[in-house]
Amino acid sequence: MAVLKVKFTKTKRCKLAQILWILNWISVITGIILFSLGLFLKVEIRKKNEIMYNREIHSVPNMLIAVGVIACGINFLGGKICYDCSDSNKFHRWKLIMLPYIICTFFFTFCVLVGALMCYTMKNELEESLYLGLKEALKFYKDTDIPGRCFLKKTVDLLQMEFRCCGNNGFRDWFEIQWISMRYLDVSNKEVQDRLKSNVDGKYLMDSVPFSCCNIYSPRPCIQHQLTNNSAHYSYEFQTEELNVWMTGCRQALLEYYMQIMQSIGFTVLIIWLFELSVLTGVRYLQTALENVLLQGDPDSESEGWLLENGFVETARTNFNIIKNLGKSNQINATRHYKAPE
Amino acid sequence: MVLLKVKFPFQRRVKVAQGLWLLSWLATVSGAFIFTLGIFLKSELRKRSEVMDNTEIHAVPNTLIIVGLASVVINFFAGRICQDSLDVARFPRWRGFMVPYFAGAALLALLMLVAVIMSYAMKGNLEESLKIGLKNGIRFYKDTDTPGRCFQKQTIDLLQMEFQCCGNTNFKDWFEVQWISNRYLDYSCKEVKDRIKSNVDGRYLVDGVPFSCCNPSSPRPCIQHQMTNNSAHYNYDYTTEELNVYRRGCREALVSYYMGLMNTIGVVVLLFFLIQMGVLVSLRYLQTAMDGVVGQENTECETEGYILEKGVKETIKLTIQKIAKIFQPNQVQNEQAESAPGTAG
Repeated sequence: MAVLKVKFTKTKRCKLAQILWILNWISVITGIILFSLGLFLKVEIRKKNEIMYNREIHSVPNMLIAVGVIACGINFLGGKICYDCSDSNKFHRWKLIMLPYIICTFFFTFCVLVGALMCYTMKNELEESLYLGLKEALKFYKDTDIPGRCFLKKTVDLLQMEFRCCGNNGFRDWFEIQWISMRYLDVSNKEVQDRLKSNVDGKYLMDSVPFSCCNIYSPRPCIQHQLTNNSAHYSYEFQTEELNVWMTGCRQALLEYYMQIMQSIGFTVLIIWLFELSVLTGVRYLQTALENVLLQGDPDSESEGWLLENGFVETARTNFNIIKNLGKSNQINATRHYKAPE
Repeated sequence: MVLLKVKFPFQRRVKVAQGLWLLSWLATVSGAFIFTLGIFLKSELRKRSEVMDNTEIHAVPNTLIIVGLASVVINFFAGRICQDSLDVARFPRWRGFMVPYFAGAALLALLMLVAVIMSYAMKGNLEESLKIGLKNGIRFYKDTDTPGRCFQKQTIDLLQMEFQCCGNTNFKDWFEVQWISNRYLDYSCKEVKDRIKSNVDGRYLVDGVPFSCCNPSSPRPCIQHQMTNNSAHYNYDYTTEELNVYRRGCREALVSYYMGLMNTIGVVVLLFFLIQMGVLVSLRYLQTAMDGVVGQENTECETEGYILEKGVKETIKLTIQKIAKIFQPNQVQNEQAESAPGTAG
């Protein structure tokens, strides 16, 4: 009992072949779009790789790039096949290849779907990487004289200014680390010595933030130092002040930025997946219709096309038996060889 | 005495027509490109209009927009004319159109040259406008509670961070202006009162700059306040410190940015001018050659093409006479009208 049987006259077959030819070429273009989306995502992640702990969150963009390239290839071949299928004589060339082609494309569309879903699930890996990376970057903010870390101050400053954020979770992260290098601290000064002695690690901790945390929308000039000390500044209350420094943490700001990109990419890939699936369905119908024409013998006659010759359960059973028999034939050979020496 | 006469056998006419058709399409696309360049320049100038005193500099993008639109129209017609020029039956209908067409094209060419000259010559104008605009912006930096000026702080901060500049001419401009609002000054404090009394206008002047002047490339955390006081900071020398705040003034940064844009656009318009002149000269030759063909029996005969039928001086004299005749008929009619009542009366 065939699944979704449709009758095809000769003109209908020709038209289907032509439409599928055009659709396959459009799919080549969507394959290129997939490739460029993957490339774009890779570049965006690379741009900020200094503040990521795990520099290799490249699984999603690599997947998209690979899928895009394979889609181009598959759809290019599909275009050629459909172009030749409008003429029943040329169909002979592709007869043996078409079924394996359809099966391969079917599994390939799974890869496209996986690519789309990965875009949405990358969030946790990214968050972890950003958390650890930012923690390291903040710790090494002061080390502008150590090779390999000397650029971190500039990176963090530019990041905080561009994404309008401060610190890892919030601006208080700056209170817990020493972000002023020892080179610029007068260790002979009593106040400095007091601060250094006041904590276990001997770090110079302050309730201040770097200038890049300053909020440009604040009506008053930025208060960076002695943030928690209300009496140090006129008409200032620390608890209610919200416009002085950026309140968002950089981890959250970056995560939102990347998730926005990923969601749009994921949505586009889902649409491309649906398109690929519909093209695949068309090609399957064309293949079954042309095969039935060959069986009937008359190239101009009407034929039927379907998705599966028998129902789902029967087809699954038949395929399972084929795979079992493949294994069985090896077994019989093995026993024969075993008996032979006697 | 004909100007620049060239013989045109049939094949040459055909080749010129084909070449001109391609060239006119290239010129149409270039015209559209010039139009988009004009729009782009205008939007860039608009983005920073808050630190500009006047909008005279907008004459440059406005001219570019007009040039772009006019050239698209003129080159479109050039393409149509040269398409029809190979068909002797259709060519005569363009006859009456040619004189106003060439007059318009000459005007367009003039406008293009004006645009190129303006894009180089308006530097002084731009600089003046920015000088006054930035001066006001810095003066009103503190007025975040005055309607109409409350955005100045935000504008100036964003400008200084984006263009990596500080102040008008340099960062010392901030020392001469009170950029901290009175709302945040404690008048009961002795230090504040001293500072306010120390100058004629009663302003609170500090040797400090806003945070947006800070240079992220500096190896040490930014020193914004007490910049001229070496003893206020450890291991700090005001005279040799170069990486602490941005050294460039915002006026210089903005002028170099805009002049860079306008100079590039000027070069592009000059190239386009050459293409446009090529189109117009070829079209004139084609038109005069085809004028020779019309009325002849053998349409494939050889004709002559020229730029001007008579020499330059004679053509100018004739043109002036023609324009004079347009006004003269009124004079003759007036004289007749005056004499008529006399004879009647």
